[in-house]
Amino acid sequence: MDDYEIVLGARGENRLTALNFIDLVVTDFIELHGDRLYGDDKAIVGGIGKVGNMPVTVIGVEKGKSLEQRIEHNFGSAQPEGYRKALRLMKQAEKFHRPILIFVDTAGAFCGIDAEEHGQGRAIADNLFEMSDLKTPILSIVIGEGGSGGALALSHSDRIWMMEDAYFSVVSPESCANILWKTTDRAYEAANALSLTAPKLYQLGIIDRICRQDSVVNLPEEIFAELEELRKKPVSMLVEERYMKFRKIGY
Amino acid sequence: MKLSDLFIKANNELEKDGLRPRSRKITCKKCQNLVSVSKIRKNNFICPECGYYFSVRARRRILMLTDKRSFVEIDAEMESRNILDFPGYEEKISAAIEKSREKEGVICGTATIDGRKICIFSMDSNFMMGSMGAVVGEKITRLFEYATHNSLPVLGVTVSGGARMQEGMISLMQMSKVSAAVKRHSNKGNLYIVLLTNPTTGGVDASFAMLGDITLAEPGARVGFAGPRVIEKTLNQKLPEDFQRAEKVLECGFIDSIVPRDEQKDFISKILELHTFGNAGREVFNG
Repeated sequence: MDDYEIVLGARGENRLTALNFIDLVVTDFIELHGDRLYGDDKAIVGGIGKVGNMPVTVIGVEKGKSLEQRIEHNFGSAQPEGYRKALRLMKQAEKFHRPILIFVDTAGAFCGIDAEEHGQGRAIADNLFEMSDLKTPILSIVIGEGGSGGALALSHSDRIWMMEDAYFSVVSPESCANILWKTTDRAYEAANALSLTAPKLYQLGIIDRICRQDSVVNLPEEIFAELEELRKKPVSMLVEERYMKFRKIGY
Repeated sequence: MKLSDLFIKANNELEKDGLRPRSRKITCKKCQNLVSVSKIRKNNFICPECGYYFSVRARRRILMLTDKRSFVEIDAEMESRNILDFPGYEEKISAAIEKSREKEGVICGTATIDGRKICIFSMDSNFMMGSMGAVVGEKITRLFEYATHNSLPVLGVTVSGGARMQEGMISLMQMSKVSAAVKRHSNKGNLYIVLLTNPTTGGVDASFAMLGDITLAEPGARVGFAGPRVIEKTLNQKLPEDFQRAEKVLECGFIDSIVPRDEQKDFISKILELHTFGNAGREVFNG
């Protein structure tokens, strides 16, 4: 598969969504709603549950499967309220020393008049700011689309994993081609140039693990082991290592 | 450096409009009046006829906001490389260096404002639209770390189209990197003032531009996350005239104050003064 096919595949309708992954990994899931400021954005699902015997806070960007569900979840594009809801749950996780598990699958933060007027930029910025020193482990897994700032706002984590057929990109290949070459026909080229696949991002040191689709059943154990390891670290070390993880990228 | 070079450097915006820096008059983009260049310059790059704000180069901006001869540049030599081997990126960098006469899209350093020491970063729209790649991210991060270490306030002047596509995920990750450095600076009780200028959008808006303790903006500046054309296309409707304008963004609650260009230095100086009292208590407050 070439890179653009991976992007198209990651957008496919028959993929496992965040709720499927939550079903697979988390037991006793209790969904929690709302950002306590304005509303409840259904593009973001979140709550508490267990991985193995470990209580966790789990958050996901949900796209939905049927057309009805997709509309309900706004096709997995969150409003600022969604990011604020995620942050509220993460702060709560910090308070109760629960590790945080996040499933990322979004084409990007929603762009619209309301989203802008409610501070989409500020909402994303706030998540990066706060997550950078949250005193509890965070594991993010990109399960499909990792669309730009909207995905990054849920990926300022101790570990970033990706499904082997997911992508994570600064910009969609179509927009990139449109901006650079004034045509979306060259999205294929843009996809190759952007280094957005799991193997390429692993090589660049941006992600920490590539998860294979055919061994997805092992994911609960792998997640448990990772969170358990992170949980054993002294908090100051955890936060320092998270700082250094991002600090070293790029220069 | 000769005096004439300085003159040329300071007038980049006027040059950008296809006019030689020494031409005596240019046509204002907004009111179409023929205005004298020296008058515009003396007027802080504001059209004396209609009040239109010409964009200001990063270095000129620092001169406008800080005490004469107080600016000391940090990390002046850092240059971008084509990390991902992105087609055409080297050419873009060379063109940007020529156009902006800077090595990268942000200038960082220390300076004083009415004698008070600060760290300042100033972005340059002439360098690939102020886009943020690894070097821009690294320079701003280092500045915040320096400011944290030396307990100095940071003043940031933003102008940017967002993350730099040609560096892919590395540029996106700069949002995280800088935000984390801002957090550490903040945790130590240090002040961060942002001055949003036209335009501040995309990944810069969604990170350090929106993380100031005090957020100021120039009149009429575009401030927002998604590009207006993208939104128009997504929603298939025309956007209101004031959409993403600083005045509207203030109304929505994301800007503290809109400050005209000729009042900015005094305004910022006052804010600094209000943050210098009782620093002795800071340690107690921050545990």
